[in-house]
Amino acid sequence: MTQAPPLPALAATTKPPVRQKPRPGRLRRSVRRHWQLYVLVLPPLVYFALFKYVPMANAVIAFKDYNVIAGIWASPWVGLEHFERFFSNPMFTTVVSNTFLLSLYALIASFPIPIILALALNEVRSRFFKRTVQMVTYAPYFISTVIVVSMAILILSPRIGLISEFTGFFGLPTTDYLAQPDFFRHVYVWTEVWQTAGYSAVIYLAALAGVDPGLYEAAKVDGANRLQKIWHVDLPSIMPTVVVVLILSVGSIMAVGFEKAFLLQNPLNLSQSEIIATYTYKIGIQNADFSLATAVGLFNSVINLVLMLSVNAVSKRVTGSGLW
Amino acid sequence: MDRFFLVGVYILLVTFLLVVLLPLWYIVVSSFSSPAAVSAGRVFLWPVDFTLRGYQVALSSPQILTGFANSMIYTVVGTAISVTLTVMLAYPLSRADFVGRKVLTGAVVFTMLFAGGLIPTYLVVQAMGMLDTRWALLIPNAVAVWPAILAITYFRTAIPDELREAGEIDGASDLRILWKVVLPLAGPMLAVIALMYAIVQWNSYFDALIYLRDDSLYPLQLVLRNILILNNDAGGDATSALERQQLANLLKYSLIVVSTVPMMLIYPFVARYFTKGLLLGAVKG
Repeated sequence: MTQAPPLPALAATTKPPVRQKPRPGRLRRSVRRHWQLYVLVLPPLVYFALFKYVPMANAVIAFKDYNVIAGIWASPWVGLEHFERFFSNPMFTTVVSNTFLLSLYALIASFPIPIILALALNEVRSRFFKRTVQMVTYAPYFISTVIVVSMAILILSPRIGLISEFTGFFGLPTTDYLAQPDFFRHVYVWTEVWQTAGYSAVIYLAALAGVDPGLYEAAKVDGANRLQKIWHVDLPSIMPTVVVVLILSVGSIMAVGFEKAFLLQNPLNLSQSEIIATYTYKIGIQNADFSLATAVGLFNSVINLVLMLSVNAVSKRVTGSGLW
Repeated sequence: MDRFFLVGVYILLVTFLLVVLLPLWYIVVSSFSSPAAVSAGRVFLWPVDFTLRGYQVALSSPQILTGFANSMIYTVVGTAISVTLTVMLAYPLSRADFVGRKVLTGAVVFTMLFAGGLIPTYLVVQAMGMLDTRWALLIPNAVAVWPAILAITYFRTAIPDELREAGEIDGASDLRILWKVVLPLAGPMLAVIALMYAIVQWNSYFDALIYLRDDSLYPLQLVLRNILILNNDAGGDATSALERQQLANLLKYSLIVVSTVPMMLIYPFVARYFTKGLLLGAVKG
């Protein structure tokens, strides 16, 4: 599911427990006493080794001319040839800027809306109304990407869709939105907002529920109206959460998932809808150019890693707390 | 001033409500309308020429039924495998007396930051002979880092150490303590991670797209993609080309409803746990 990333950072802020001094023989003693724990952990560790760490080693084929018969290790080294092929390809700038712009747009659009939703919900006194809005806006998160994209295609369809009925009603011309490259990003981003706003609001609502009631009392005594209360009490209270979510989104800005972009693609909108993930799939799985696809993927992975590490470092300096 | 503000708040929230509901409602009413009305774009807020044809075709299509059955298998078996492996990983890593805990946790978390990529992973799956088998959807993504972190945190903070120590004094082994003492107390957390895995498994199509060729193994989402987005024929009893086209249009709406209803039925019961899980990691840190 490439839907809204769960919020891993929130758990990752866990403080490491006090370090125990390594003593000689500690491992042996622990293994003897708790051998069952060490046996228990083996299968999942084998899983991580096999499906996460072996692929990292396999990524050397980005620097080789992989051929099936010779295998990964016997294929000849070619240095940076595949990276040069990628960088000199006109698709390079296209896919990198498409990925970046799509992600940036999604970040800007989908970041403030859940906050507004949560702040508004927090003002509502009717429990029934509040619960209803929450339940309904949360629901699309559980709908699959395939279904959301199909709904978007049907609703935007120039002949039979809901939107064309609206525009037709007001006498406006109908357009085939999905055939226009310019609309790909709007459709991608606003379906994303539609699908995840309610889900993302939950985390802010929890933060708002934890606000010290004394602060509201104080605001009341000072004669603050609702808007001032939101501005001076609510917003500062959820700021730490906002910062963590923002850091996480910025850190993963080049890691746009494959699933949705691929579904929304058609030959007419490729100039904006081809992103790194879909491009890797096409050269790797469809054209079977394994080495080039790996080089492109590796390029993206390294950028993601660097982004995450630098965002974390900046956050540590500015806010005093990082993700790890 | 405050009263106007509150009115504004309610207007805003009702707008949110409508923006989410309207598309869903439109799909539902279209699915109950006649093929001709749907294709002519005459449906808006209420079914036109009420009919169940779309549902008849959707529920009698062998592709869709196979996809549904496959997805059930992948979701049930996959979730069982995922939860088991996650507990096996998380419990030892949550124990302070497990030597190497920090290094191993670091190694697990690192996979969230850096990955070998699509093709290198594909090569592993291929080398293990999993291509074009059900295993390809069950094993390569069996353990996710986020549920594992959640489980570790839960084991460490929500299960009192005294209980484990009492068990040890009684001479129970670690496995027995895990089974008899720890897991019975971890119900809410197990529910949360099972749901996370189940929803991902039920909703994803990417692994099936790259690892499977044999369409009798396709999960529902891949079947849906072929019909809804690639416009593959799903069958039906239409005779003329026009009728076939109209029925194909209607079928899309019915299919969306059919495949989403199971999720929408369980979601209100699930959402509570899901919210809890989301906050578990946040608050318990």
